[in-house]
Amino acid sequence: MKYRSWILIFLAACYLTLSTISAFRLSRSQPTERISGSAGDVLDDNPVGRLKVFVYELPSKYNKKILQKDPRCLTHMFAAEIYMQRFLLSSPVRTLNPEEADWFYVPVYTTCDLTPNGLPLPFKSPRMMRSAIQLIASNWPYWNRTEGADHFFVVPHDFGACFHYQEEKAIGRGILPLLQRATLVQTFGQRNHVCLKEGSITVPPYAPPQKMQSHLIPGKTPRSIFVYFRGLFYDVGNDPEGGYYARGARAAVWENFKDNPLFDISTEHPTTYYEDMQRAIFCLCPLGWAPWSPRLVEAVIFGCIPVIIADDIVLPFADAIPWEDIGVFVDEKDVPYLDTILTSIPPEVILRKQRLLANPSMKQAMLFPQPAQPGDAFHQVLNGLARKLPHDRSVYLRPGEKLLNWTAGPVADLKPW
Amino acid sequence: MKLLSAFRSSYLNRRGTAFRSLDPSSFDGGFIPPKPSSSPSSIFWLLIHCLCCLISLILGFRFSHLVLFFLFSTSVTNLYTTTNGGVSHHLLQLKPNVTEKSSRVVVGRHGIRIRPWPHPNPIEVMKAHQLLQRVQEEQKSLYYGASSRSPRTVIAVTPTYVRTFQALHLTGVMHSLMLAPYDVVWIVVEAGGKTEETASLIGRSRLIKKTIHVGFEKKMPNTWEDRRRMESEMRVEGLRIVREEKLDGVVVFADDSNMHSMELFDEIQNVRWFGALSVGILAHSGNADELSSALKTTDREGMPMPIQGPSCDSSGKLVGWHVFNTQPYATKSEVYVGDKADVMMMPSKMEWSGFVLNSRLLWKESVDDKPIWVKDVNSLLDGGNEGIVDGPLSLVKDPSMVEPLGSCGRSVLLWWLRVEARADSKFPPGWIIKSPLDITVPSKSTPWRDPSKLPVKNNQPAMEKRSGKPRGPESNNSKGKQEPKAFDGIKSSATR
Repeated sequence: MKYRSWILIFLAACYLTLSTISAFRLSRSQPTERISGSAGDVLDDNPVGRLKVFVYELPSKYNKKILQKDPRCLTHMFAAEIYMQRFLLSSPVRTLNPEEADWFYVPVYTTCDLTPNGLPLPFKSPRMMRSAIQLIASNWPYWNRTEGADHFFVVPHDFGACFHYQEEKAIGRGILPLLQRATLVQTFGQRNHVCLKEGSITVPPYAPPQKMQSHLIPGKTPRSIFVYFRGLFYDVGNDPEGGYYARGARAAVWENFKDNPLFDISTEHPTTYYEDMQRAIFCLCPLGWAPWSPRLVEAVIFGCIPVIIADDIVLPFADAIPWEDIGVFVDEKDVPYLDTILTSIPPEVILRKQRLLANPSMKQAMLFPQPAQPGDAFHQVLNGLARKLPHDRSVYLRPGEKLLNWTAGPVADLKPW
Repeated sequence: MKLLSAFRSSYLNRRGTAFRSLDPSSFDGGFIPPKPSSSPSSIFWLLIHCLCCLISLILGFRFSHLVLFFLFSTSVTNLYTTTNGGVSHHLLQLKPNVTEKSSRVVVGRHGIRIRPWPHPNPIEVMKAHQLLQRVQEEQKSLYYGASSRSPRTVIAVTPTYVRTFQALHLTGVMHSLMLAPYDVVWIVVEAGGKTEETASLIGRSRLIKKTIHVGFEKKMPNTWEDRRRMESEMRVEGLRIVREEKLDGVVVFADDSNMHSMELFDEIQNVRWFGALSVGILAHSGNADELSSALKTTDREGMPMPIQGPSCDSSGKLVGWHVFNTQPYATKSEVYVGDKADVMMMPSKMEWSGFVLNSRLLWKESVDDKPIWVKDVNSLLDGGNEGIVDGPLSLVKDPSMVEPLGSCGRSVLLWWLRVEARADSKFPPGWIIKSPLDITVPSKSTPWRDPSKLPVKNNQPAMEKRSGKPRGPESNNSKGKQEPKAFDGIKSSATR
């Protein structure tokens, strides 16, 4: 009996010392909060074993030769399509047996036709996509089996599969008719928009991970900038009168806050851009010609709360990441009152948002590192695809049933590539 | 004609929302006129369209664009309000089945919203600064640990004496202490007894919680060696005061000639009993040539700007001390204060300012958890200065137990630089000029009129002014520009 009390005292002492040690260690690092989106705590899910992906072997004129012609495609913000293929080729979810595959991936680089400035031209992309689909439809039976409903494509261009950089023209074209049943993995997302179809997976644009990691500064540097933004406010080349670019929102930010000491905004390209973001509390992420921007990724990596000024935007992995809790959403009509909105946020809310941003799984989910790491954007895409399984019975067509119209769309798109 | 059609198509492209009736996919070909239909609205739009084309041909693109803009805007109270409301109304009339999903985002030209007074609101700026402060407090508590939750008083001990550069040095220390976000008790020990000048300097520090100004009877000697010894004695006197007043906090030796960084005060909060910091030594020489040659010789050996402080191995344990090596400068060191310019002023081997201690070590009562590796400072202070003035390490029995601060001595938190004037240099007491200066020279660039030169006549002041003062050529100034006469003086001086 005597020994039992001694054992209890000993265990209690052990517990106390261990708890103080762990508390001490925790206090030294940034506390984080768990992130649970509408799909649950899914950022840390492992997709391996939950789905199987078959990668089509397309001739290299669809992927490798295009990349060889212009290696700039590896570093611009549309590089996700290239890295996705590389990741899938060496990933454990890949299967070489198409009969057991749940999803089929078509590696075609539609965004790699660049101008000398580095901007992608989308004029040949519909034809390229169409020719790739014709190839797989004629060489493998899996496309015709479902008319593409269990295939997925990566279309990271400005307006996704509408394949145009001007919004009006993109809306006019609509999503490529052949892709109507396929799942699209795209960066563009806006509610009630023609170019975002039901069931698409929104991903962040590509941002070079090593470059961002190399510009990290010590976490104890005090955040002394209130609002930070670097970029264009007026696009004088394409929109001289203003009002078209960014639906006038960026110009409104400039006109209202150019003399405000709290707003560190300008059009310069400083070399300390990444370091400055780490010294700011809020980073503006307004829309440009398209609603999405790599600034969101940079803000999340550097712990700066993103202020998203884009009406009805759908942010990356919106079902897994609770963006409402992490960022601040401002309507475009409220831009003139941005300073009032930001200063009226209670400090506890700001601190909570910073804790959520500090969560390493959040930062990992926004990146496309090479080689792939668990929890990164590739895995989130696979998680999203896995959540859509099992396929509905209606996906598989009865023999002879045809749902796609192979001759729909503008005449120019029907020419072979 | 091709240019004209291209011009028109680009024009239509920009005004796309108003002219949606045209087939948008026809732009890669050429300009296709709309099919005539019997509905009056489309004929009306066709007529308007032709009229617009004619206007744009005659007036040019921009002006006609503006005319159309005004024609179609529904609210004209503010030039910059949005017009998309009116335009989309027309859009829906023409083609009701463009989009069945009701999106509140309309594609096209929007106005740039500017609020009525687009300037910073001071209340918002205040709130934002409070938010910034709150975020920075949170950051501090994360990275400096539990110490930021119960900040300790900083007890600064400063030996000083009246000299030319005293105001320079003491103001620097005072501002550093005023900026530190902690309670500060400042103990100033002055050689030669308390003086009014020092007292008035110290009295300007309104933010420092408590200042204790004590006089030390002996006067400051003239050689550097003796001065260092005297300063050590003054510091010990300061420690005695800490003991008497039973001050609780961290004792810092804030020499008045040192430069302190703000991180220093954050870092010393972490000391438990006796800590050591890295001090950057900016030993200098007044002569630039000598300095560069001295630097070249020291480059071969090591750093030209040495650092005094703790040195750790890779696991963070204290293994030794970086000490200032006086050997390279043996022949060149100053002996007397304010010596010739080509000698260098040396710090001592271990500066007092690189060490901080917990004030409880000095208390008379026995504190329970006093570490055994520190000597009984209490008895040392009672017994005179001999044991202590050798250096700060004479206060500890076991120097290897001293806590290294500032990421184990890797960050330099304060700098030593002793700049002193000659011992016999003169300066006005209190830096206040009581008597008028002997020589006055008229300033050549006063923008206002010299009252002694006001003219008798009232209607020709400008001419008087120009002739009164010697100036450069002024013909270029009076080249037919109409200037108001009252501001002539300002204008002519501004164009110099």
